[in-house]
Amino acid sequence: MSEEKSPRTLKIDVLRYDPNDKNDFPHIERFEVLEADGMTLYIVLNEIREHLDNSLMFDFVCRAGICGSCSMLVNGRPTLACSTLTSKLDAHITLAPLPLFKLIKDLSIYTGEWMRYLNEHLETWIHAKEEVLNFDKLEERMDPALADEIYELDRCVECGCCVAGCGTIQMKPSFVGAVGLNKVARYHLDPRDKRSDEEYYELIGDENGVFGCMTLLGCEDVCPKDLPLQSKIAYLRRMMMKTALKN
Amino acid sequence: MKIIYTDVLIIGGGLAGLRVATGVKERGHDAIILTLVPPKRSHSAAAQGGMQASLANSKMGEGDNEDVHFGDTIRGSDWGADQEVARMFVHCAPKAIRELAAWGVPWSRVQKGDRTAIINAQKVTITEKEEAHGLITARDFGGTKKWRTCYTSDGTGHSMLYAMDNKAHEKEVEIHERMEAISLITDNGRCYGTVARNLMTGELVAYVSKTTTVATGGYGRIYSVSTNAIICQGIGQALALETGIATLGNMEAIQFHPTAIVPVGILTTEGCRGDGGLLLDKDGYRFMPDYEPDKKELASRDVVSRRMTEHIRKGKGVKSRYGDHLWLDITNLGREHIEKNLREVKEICENFLGIDPAVSWIPVRPTQHYSMGGIRTKYTGESQTLKGLYSCGEAACWDLHGFNRLGGNSVSETVVAGMLVAEYISNFCDSPESSMQIHSSKIESALKCEKNKLEALLTKENGEDTYVLRRRMEEIMMDKVGIFRNEKDLQEAVDELEELLKRSKNIEVFRSKSRAANPALVNAYRTQKMLKVALTVAYGALLRQESRGAHSREDFPARDDENWLKRTITSWPDANQTMPSVSYEEIPVATMELPPGFRGYGQDLTKHHHETKMRLSTVEAVQKRLEEEGASRFEIQNALMPYLDKLPKKYRQINERLGENI
Repeated sequence: MSEEKSPRTLKIDVLRYDPNDKNDFPHIERFEVLEADGMTLYIVLNEIREHLDNSLMFDFVCRAGICGSCSMLVNGRPTLACSTLTSKLDAHITLAPLPLFKLIKDLSIYTGEWMRYLNEHLETWIHAKEEVLNFDKLEERMDPALADEIYELDRCVECGCCVAGCGTIQMKPSFVGAVGLNKVARYHLDPRDKRSDEEYYELIGDENGVFGCMTLLGCEDVCPKDLPLQSKIAYLRRMMMKTALKN
Repeated sequence: MKIIYTDVLIIGGGLAGLRVATGVKERGHDAIILTLVPPKRSHSAAAQGGMQASLANSKMGEGDNEDVHFGDTIRGSDWGADQEVARMFVHCAPKAIRELAAWGVPWSRVQKGDRTAIINAQKVTITEKEEAHGLITARDFGGTKKWRTCYTSDGTGHSMLYAMDNKAHEKEVEIHERMEAISLITDNGRCYGTVARNLMTGELVAYVSKTTTVATGGYGRIYSVSTNAIICQGIGQALALETGIATLGNMEAIQFHPTAIVPVGILTTEGCRGDGGLLLDKDGYRFMPDYEPDKKELASRDVVSRRMTEHIRKGKGVKSRYGDHLWLDITNLGREHIEKNLREVKEICENFLGIDPAVSWIPVRPTQHYSMGGIRTKYTGESQTLKGLYSCGEAACWDLHGFNRLGGNSVSETVVAGMLVAEYISNFCDSPESSMQIHSSKIESALKCEKNKLEALLTKENGEDTYVLRRRMEEIMMDKVGIFRNEKDLQEAVDELEELLKRSKNIEVFRSKSRAANPALVNAYRTQKMLKVALTVAYGALLRQESRGAHSREDFPARDDENWLKRTITSWPDANQTMPSVSYEEIPVATMELPPGFRGYGQDLTKHHHETKMRLSTVEAVQKRLEEEGASRFEIQNALMPYLDKLPKKYRQINERLGENI
């Protein structure tokens, strides 16, 4: 626990708007909060709501960097608010909702709808060959290193930061984004999923998929889970090219 | 007026709710999940360390089976658990984990050959069997005889939840997100769904269904510091309570996890200690062996939390502006192990403490973590008193955990209970008695009643401030209904909570008057509900004059089976009551497979039940006779406490294991 110093007064500018209120319009509102030791934006926003404005809307669930609910623009950069320590920021902080997702109110956005569509569209589940499996029997074996590798890609929390940081989606909203491509890479790696390369090609072998990416790679820069998005997109490209040439 | 009809309504989109939904869909019934947040953001995702299932693949799990898992679970519960439920659970856990493996969870696997592990602060070499290579591996957790906790690094809950939600997508389960159930619709002793509020638009919708399942998790957020996600507020338990018909079980049974970080209360997994981490005091001294020479840091959670608190009370805690704490030292595990198997812990330490746990000790203290109590159900998941209402997972008390849950048994319970309850619900929906007989006027009046309550909160003048009541409730629970409890504190807690509840009827939502998305309005109606839940916890704790599992009374240190081998049942029959009604349900000794005994921690103070001795000799005699006759362990178990007939037929088969039943 660090030494006692005189605390900073944080100036928090929040971009606010309530789409349900016909008289409202997007505007910046400033709140002042006294900084405390170990303070995160989760604590800041809750203090504002409890003591300054109880109508301020934002989303936190786990508040531990695990669930991906609290993504927002912090000084213009997409990140998870709950695990952002104020001590790492200037005293003047601007907060805005993540762009591209439907706005619910203030900092609260509807990522669930977007991600559900993505998952349904890319069929992000194991496509097994056998219909009925017998779970009384020993599980299928998997190479330990491969299991670790799949887990590495499975760590995505669908926070939407890569979507907000993506140049391609700004111009082409139908692009599946790094979140979608990472999921495809994850299932392609998984021997339990029996989809063929051709079936994967059908899913992402076009400009809405892996060939749409302009390789600006904002996704990799902002991913709070440090997923290897750049190398996975490159890998999928090579794989899709091979499949295209083969056919 | 918007009414949506379905067969199976599920409130809560975590592991338990999702598993129920996929199960009933497979049986051909319609299912809708109502959830506060996208299912993948549910608190299930925060389960780090693992899922218990007696696969016995890894070297240190050799010899494990359902019997050992059963014994650990019952001892862990301090004999409060329902032993038939525990048997059903341990039998199905291997099936559930194998199902999840097929559905995509990348479980960490056994690597054949030598590896180094830390056991009791010593480096040891473990040689994994050739024939186990590639099967699901396991780590050590507290209170277990074998290494049984299966995992994916320390993101187990996350991987399970993602696989489960993806399965629900495949099965085309309908998910209505940001829809909050605010009351249950009942008529003639049966539950017919819920009135829900759209958290984005404020619209009220009636969901009318043949069955309603509450899978909303625990109630940790009635405490000021909890490892729980902020949505774990006990609203599901409150909904059941407010029907006036459904009952809650053992609400006073609250688990404190030994190692949440200070001050924010975020969990670091039991896997830290399971993998060899140590607890140290202000002098860097490893104190647990002094208290628990046998299990040390890996005693059951309730025990470790109490020992830590005792040690802090002796002045051995580390002083900080947030109060005293102790250290969790995982530096001995090495950077490579931490970065591979404890990466969430590492991220949490970096992000919230600014430290590197491969180099620095982690400040920790016991923190509210799990709710053993919940909606009291039969083994089928159905409320004992309200037909058509089901509950499973942490929200329920069916009762697997008794007065203390073992680490790794929670996520395991969610998926096992989900798959079983889905079958029982489907059986009910297949039967003619499931058809709905409710007049539409009942539904209309349920909607209207909720609308009026919300309007009252928004239009009240000179009322109470929600935050004041809420914060006071949280403090009372923390200070007076904590790890160690006594009559004076509990009585004060109950009295003041009752006062707060009365005041909460007069809450006014200040300034923020929107009928649509409005966090202040949400806070107001939830706080009214949370106060009722807090009262059931505090009052149950006051009345229970013994110490059992996580319920530890300084003034009644002994476990008293003669008087207290029973479940606390609370209900709220009249909405105008300001205190819950309490009754008790006996836990019969005469049918126990494992009669009450000593858990093996500290001094044995148990006051035994008068039937215990007789049951013990019966059990021993049956075991001896059948063993002499050469009976299998299954036959012996069946002679002591048959349970298989309670399971759905598809789950009755014997589990394969390496070297057994193949």
